[in-house]
Amino acid sequence: MALPAHLALEIVTPDRAIVHDSVDEVQVPGSEGYFGVLPGHTPMLAMLQVGQLWYRKGSEKFYLSVAFGVAEVMPDRVIILADIAERAEEIDVDRAQSALHRAEQNMATRDQDLERARVSLLKAISRLNVAHRARTRG
Amino acid sequence: MPSLIDIRRRIRAVKSTQQITKAMKMVAAANLRRSQERMLNARPMARQIVRVLSDLAARVDPSTHPLLAQPDLSDGDQVLLIVLTADKGMCGGFNASIIRAASNYIVEHRAQEVTLGVIGRRGRDFFRRRGYPTRFELVNFTRKPGYEHAQAIAREVIAAFTSRKADRVFLAYNEFKSVLQQRIVINQLLPMPKAHFEQGDPTAMVDYLFEPSPQRIFDEVLPRLVEFEIFTALLESAAAQNAAQMVAMDNATKNSGEVIDALTLTMNKVRQAAITREIIEVVSGAEAL
Repeated sequence: MALPAHLALEIVTPDRAIVHDSVDEVQVPGSEGYFGVLPGHTPMLAMLQVGQLWYRKGSEKFYLSVAFGVAEVMPDRVIILADIAERAEEIDVDRAQSALHRAEQNMATRDQDLERARVSLLKAISRLNVAHRARTRG
Repeated sequence: MPSLIDIRRRIRAVKSTQQITKAMKMVAAANLRRSQERMLNARPMARQIVRVLSDLAARVDPSTHPLLAQPDLSDGDQVLLIVLTADKGMCGGFNASIIRAASNYIVEHRAQEVTLGVIGRRGRDFFRRRGYPTRFELVNFTRKPGYEHAQAIAREVIAAFTSRKADRVFLAYNEFKSVLQQRIVINQLLPMPKAHFEQGDPTAMVDYLFEPSPQRIFDEVLPRLVEFEIFTALLESAAAQNAAQMVAMDNATKNSGEVIDALTLTMNKVRQAAITREIIEVVSGAEAL
C-alpha cells in the first residue's frame, strides 16, 4: 500500500475550528505520553492531556497549547477534539503568568481542591512554554 | 379633548420610547450576528465528534456503556426535562412559548414523574412561583453561553442519570430556524439515541490502537457528546432569543411610529380647533359692536 504523502490535520474545539491544514508531521500530548505522527501511521485513538502540540509543514513548525480531549489518527488524517486549544501567538503571556502564580498559591494553601489547582498549574505551564517557543523562534 | 400641551407631552414620551426600542433592536441585531457566527463555529466539532464516535462504535460494543442503556419508558419513570429559557424578557413570545411547551409536556406525561432543570431566569421565576419540582436551576448566561456552562449542565444531567434519579433526560429549547421563525424542539438527550452509532464501516480498519483503552476513551467521548449537544442547544437558543428580540423591538418601533402619527394628527386637529374658535370669538365680538 502506498503511503499517503501528507496528513490532513483538523484541530477543533467546541467554539471553533483552529487548524484545518495539510501537514507533514504532528506531535500530540497523549494521556500516556507524547507521540509523533507521520503520514501512514496506524489507526489509533488516544486521549489527550494538558500539554503542547506541534505540527510541521515543510520546514516550519507551529506550536499549540491543548488540554483534554481525544485524538483520532488515521493513515492520512489526524483529528483532534480538544476542550481547549490555543495557537502560540494567541496566548496572553501575562495572563498565563498570573494564572501560574495563582495556581501555585492555591496548591500551597488550599489542599481541598488540589486536583483543580494541579490542572490549572499544568495548563499555565504549557501555555507559557508554547508562547516561549513562538517567541524564540521568531 | 386633551389640551395641546398634554398631547405634545405624550408625543415626546412615545418618541423617547421609540428611540429605546430602536436602539434595542440594533443591539439585538448585532448580538444575533454574533450568535449565528458562534453556531457556525461549532459546526466542525459537531461533524468530527460524530465521525470519531461512529469509528469508535464500530469497534467497541456500545451497549455496555451506562450512558447508552436503553430502558423502556414506562409508567412511574423519572423524567428530567431541561428547559432553556432566557434571562430577560423583551423578546416577544420566546419565553412564553417554551414555558408553555414544557408545561404541556408535563401534563401529557402525567404517568411519569417529571422533574425540571431550568436554565434562564424567566423560566426559573415561572416554575418556582408555581412550585414545580426542580432539580437544578442555572441563570445569568443565556445571552452569551460558554462551553463551561454546557459542561456544568452536562455534569448535573449525567449525575442524575447514572445515579438512576432520572431514567430519561429531555432537552427543550427554541431552535433557530430563521430570523422570523423559531421552532420548539424537545430532544432526548439520555439515554443516547442509537442512531448516533449505527453508521461507520467496520470493514475498513483491521487494527486500531487505543491509548489507554477503548473503554476509557468511550468514557471520555460520550460525556463530551452530551456536553456538546447541550452546548449547541444553548447556542441555538441564544440565537433564537436574539432574533425574537430583534423582531419584537422592530414591531415596537413600528407601532410607536403609528402612535406618533395618530397623536400628531389629533394635535393638529386640536390646534386648528383652537384657532377656529379664536377667530369666531374675534368675529362675533366685532359683530356685537
